[in-house]
Amino acid sequence: MSPVELQRGEELARTIRRLAHEIIESHGGARGLYLIGLLTRGAPLAERLAAAIEAFEGERPPVGTLDTGLHRDDLAQRAPPPSVRPSTIPRGLEGATVVLVDDVLYTGRTIRAALDAIMDFGRPARVRLAVLVDRGHRELPIRPDFVGRNIPTAPAQTVEVRLAETDGEDAVYLLEGAERHGEH
Amino acid sequence: MASIETAAPAADAPPVAATQPPPAPAAGTAWTRKDLLDTDVLSAAEIALVLETAEAMAEVRERPVGRVAALRGTTVVTLFYEHSTRTRASFELAAKALGADVVNLAASASSVEKGESLVDTVRTLEAIGADVLALRHPASGAAALAARHTAASVVNGGDGAHAHPTQALLDLYTMRRHLGDLAGRKVAIVGDVLHSRVARSNLWALRAAGAHVALCGPATLLPRTFAAPRALAEDTGAGACEVTSDLAGALADADAVMALRIQRERQGQGPAPSLRDYVRQYQITEERLARARPHAIVMHPGPMNEGVEIAPEVAHGPRSVVEEQVAGGVAVRMAALYLLATARRR
Repeated sequence: MSPVELQRGEELARTIRRLAHEIIESHGGARGLYLIGLLTRGAPLAERLAAAIEAFEGERPPVGTLDTGLHRDDLAQRAPPPSVRPSTIPRGLEGATVVLVDDVLYTGRTIRAALDAIMDFGRPARVRLAVLVDRGHRELPIRPDFVGRNIPTAPAQTVEVRLAETDGEDAVYLLEGAERHGEH
Repeated sequence: MASIETAAPAADAPPVAATQPPPAPAAGTAWTRKDLLDTDVLSAAEIALVLETAEAMAEVRERPVGRVAALRGTTVVTLFYEHSTRTRASFELAAKALGADVVNLAASASSVEKGESLVDTVRTLEAIGADVLALRHPASGAAALAARHTAASVVNGGDGAHAHPTQALLDLYTMRRHLGDLAGRKVAIVGDVLHSRVARSNLWALRAAGAHVALCGPATLLPRTFAAPRALAEDTGAGACEVTSDLAGALADADAVMALRIQRERQGQGPAPSLRDYVRQYQITEERLARARPHAIVMHPGPMNEGVEIAPEVAHGPRSVVEEQVAGGVAVRMAALYLLATARRR
């Protein structure tokens, strides 16, 4: 079955700007924020959120990237990632408000792994979660603080976020069946 | 992605120590091998995968908590039939940094002294739950023999004069950090090439990466079997290799110079030149390094005989990356253990 396009281009850009506004409102400004994008597509999303926050507040929060591959608890159940990439988290998480950024929230296991990893880097004052798409089917008690779009799905479906930086276009697709990238 | 490239501390590093991330492996490259026995079977993409994974492991080591739990529930056994400081210790550190359980066995402390064969020992270790065996043995082919008789993954930690793949991979890792892409680079490997498993494993890996290799030493310490390397290079299109006793020619325009240990125990027993002659003709000195490229790095797999194959001022000089090699060894062995252990779970 052919993929259904749910969002693209300027529509997706507006969603990112709204998320930036919500993060600023919730935190009360940009100071003390620390955005951490989960590889692969959370990283460009975090960069775009940081750019939007800077445009609104005149201050750009630091941005890091995190590969959760080494922290997953389900390596024995599923195929491990083909490769592990270095995380880039400059020092200074102590006391910060960390916002984890990912494209699709699904079972919650990636976020659990990310929380585990974050604690290895320092002790932030609080950790928030921003996702472009929440597709439901959580397996852990994790909920996002900032959601671009709620998309109810069947477990057999897949939500695929494609970004200009990684995939050459800005779009969100709903696919039937086979797992593609963007699955978490 | 820009956020990844900024990870390299480029600004504060002198030209010789400039850090460059290795190119990413071909998309979709996955590790599928049960064992890591030598570099001669590895594709350029597989080597790139190991080196990229090692970059991620080096980052883990730099964290305040320098370990992760990725290999929780995996048992790694180091089985060493020869003395070793850095290789055994770095395998142990690598396994622990990944959260694996580690058992260290030295041949002198095990049933090997009671006459248990290698195959029996390996089977016993598998029976008690070993998932990965890091094996060092004085006989060439020992790792391959062990791998044939166990379902555990075997990583060769050095077998006779045959192979030492994790050493070669950490050498490439160190070179790539300083030199970037190794295609077209020249690497001179100088010393007792005949008895060196390090030289052999480096040769295969460097040629796969497209580097030009010069193997250099007294004629009596050069293997005759490498006499027709030109034809080899033409066959595969990989980097060329020359075998020579002319040190000046080998060092000319080299980007990296690797000194090999002169195995003192073998001197005075036959064809090798006397130590004095060796020092006079082949020791790596500052003066001789003037022929290499200005940015050339100096490497040594250790342990060094300072004043024999390498002058002390070179061993500890600004070109030396010997300590970096040792540190990189932990990251590269973490990568090897991670790839072998996770491939078992597929």
